[in-house]
Amino acid sequence: MSQNTLFDKVWDLHKVSSLPGGSDQIFIGLHLIHEVTSPQAFGALKDKNLKVKFPDRTVATVDHIVPTDNQSRPFKDNLAEQMIETLERNCLEHKIKFFNIGSGNQGIVHVVAPELGLTQPGMTIACGDSHTSTHGAFGSIAFGIGTSQVRDVLATQTIAMNKLKVRQIWCENKLSKGVYAKDLVLHIINELGVKAGVGFAYEFAGPAIDELSMEERMTICNMSIEGGARCGYINPDEKTFSYIKNKLCSPKNENWDKALTWWKSLKSDKNSIYDHVVKLDASNVEPTVTWGITPGQSISINQQIPLLDDLSPNDKLVAKEAYEYMSFKPGQLIKDTPVDVCFIGSCTNGRISDLRVAAQVLKDKKVSKNVKAFVVPGSEKVATEAKQEGIDQIFKDSGFQWREPGCSMCLAMNSDKLIGNQVSASSSNRNFKGRQGSPSGRTLLMSPAMVAAAAINGKVSDVREFIN
Amino acid sequence: MKSNFIPPIGKISNVNGQCISLIGNDIDTDRIIPARFLKCVNFDSLGESVFADDRRTLKGKHPFDLEENKNASILIVSSNFGCGSSREHAPQALMRWGIKAIIGESFADIFYSNCIAIGIPCFTLPKKSIEEIQNYCDIQSLLLEIDLKNSLAKSKDLNFNLEIKESSRKMFLSGEWDATSTLLDNKNLIDNKFNQLPYIKFNTNFL
Repeated sequence: MSQNTLFDKVWDLHKVSSLPGGSDQIFIGLHLIHEVTSPQAFGALKDKNLKVKFPDRTVATVDHIVPTDNQSRPFKDNLAEQMIETLERNCLEHKIKFFNIGSGNQGIVHVVAPELGLTQPGMTIACGDSHTSTHGAFGSIAFGIGTSQVRDVLATQTIAMNKLKVRQIWCENKLSKGVYAKDLVLHIINELGVKAGVGFAYEFAGPAIDELSMEERMTICNMSIEGGARCGYINPDEKTFSYIKNKLCSPKNENWDKALTWWKSLKSDKNSIYDHVVKLDASNVEPTVTWGITPGQSISINQQIPLLDDLSPNDKLVAKEAYEYMSFKPGQLIKDTPVDVCFIGSCTNGRISDLRVAAQVLKDKKVSKNVKAFVVPGSEKVATEAKQEGIDQIFKDSGFQWREPGCSMCLAMNSDKLIGNQVSASSSNRNFKGRQGSPSGRTLLMSPAMVAAAAINGKVSDVREFIN
Repeated sequence: MKSNFIPPIGKISNVNGQCISLIGNDIDTDRIIPARFLKCVNFDSLGESVFADDRRTLKGKHPFDLEENKNASILIVSSNFGCGSSREHAPQALMRWGIKAIIGESFADIFYSNCIAIGIPCFTLPKKSIEEIQNYCDIQSLLLEIDLKNSLAKSKDLNFNLEIKESSRKMFLSGEWDATSTLLDNKNLIDNKFNQLPYIKFNTNFL
């Protein structure tokens, strides 16, 4: 059993009681909600005649269903309009702070909370969304929950949960040029498998992780869940503190000093005990692309799609399914695969640094005529910043459509969808069958820089050929 | 989909029913309930949309469309079932179709907790036993009697010792799987914890 890791410390600090049978009652320091997984939770509160216990500890925004072309109200989609109205009503009734469209702070919930300074080291953070693991980049313990648990957090600010084991993933050396956090996390998931993280929190550590910016760290923690771990985190350091400083909701003046003193005390001890440790060399990672229907089915840009014989018995079943669904042949190169749609955005890679990197690749270049390319900033703040830097113009000049913030085609709950069996090069997090809105649509996950390169060439390309 | 859906309530110590086998590893919650069906403010109509795209692709040959499975209530799955999105809509859709318990090689974490929270016990068995059940179901219908008290599954021909998290088993037996009231019992402890947390005090700019 793990001891003295950051996970153990934060868990113990938030433990309210031991429940019968061995699970713990855990206090949730920050609760984030959005329109898709909260309405039924508010409904359940009403049925049980319960109130929201600490309305100040819950913050709401709208992201999953928002259109990215025309956000004027009412939305064209009646069901989407009904969902946003329900959230508006629930927030008003229960006095919950809601960052609506046009507030300047709306966006994907996992982009918004860090940029507001709400996400802080040492907190427990829960949200009815599996990518809540993103917030672990700040040394918080953050995990996705279902709607019944959203109800529990609203009613009690606590949930019942079994303590997770802790696996440290130690990343030696550093990433090479043209290789990004997305490549590293896809590589990790490929090495460990999509279910290795079940029952675990992942601690990402080592020189390669220390080197990453906060936004890159968010990309890593974001995809912990794709490796099966509902929680992933990184010990906080000076980069963490300076990212939080001067944000809208971050502590100020003498409170900042108090916060800093406490945050600096929060990290896994040198002699802490992990349930499991994995070591890998980040300098070996190359630009990585998924070829299949799980985020674990990835290869380096110059590799061939694996042969059935090269795979373990457990992986063969899903590989067969993947060849068929993706219409790929075993042994085929992934490079030069034609793409129809290029999507840059999502809670994995829709932040300003992602847009900057992609814009560098796109500058003075044109998107291939055969490709529909669009970029969806992660939040209104990201969009504003991009406009100030002229990044929106670079995208537009290249032929990318510049859209309004939201989750968009990561999960295709709005009208941004693949059609038929289109192939998308996507900076999002899931390549599941049908994920991007068409039951036969095909998704290739990659870094935003790689999506930009694919957009220019109209086919999967090595972004290193575009950067000096 | 069963029109007379009644959500489970109170103690759950036995689940008896016919098995429905769904072969495949890493079946994600997007496949269980595609995102377009999440545009709803209650769970009521999800049952008919469970596995919507997979069923459409298989044109009536999906296990959830086969006539012989229409009354099944125990779902048999492979490994990492329910991975991906945290949407509780996935187990809610399964439950509204008629599923009352799931037995598999392994489950994704969030899916598992969602099932427990809505009253669907999930059990694990080794791959070999799952394959044994799957093979049996290929030939004839399998009626299982699941006994949570002893973690046993019995049938005419097959018997298994099921694995289930002890905390989950106890919650079902005591009827406390619907956690809200148990958590609320500790109201004072929750308030104490709130007052002790260091970051509550220095976050005066919090909203």
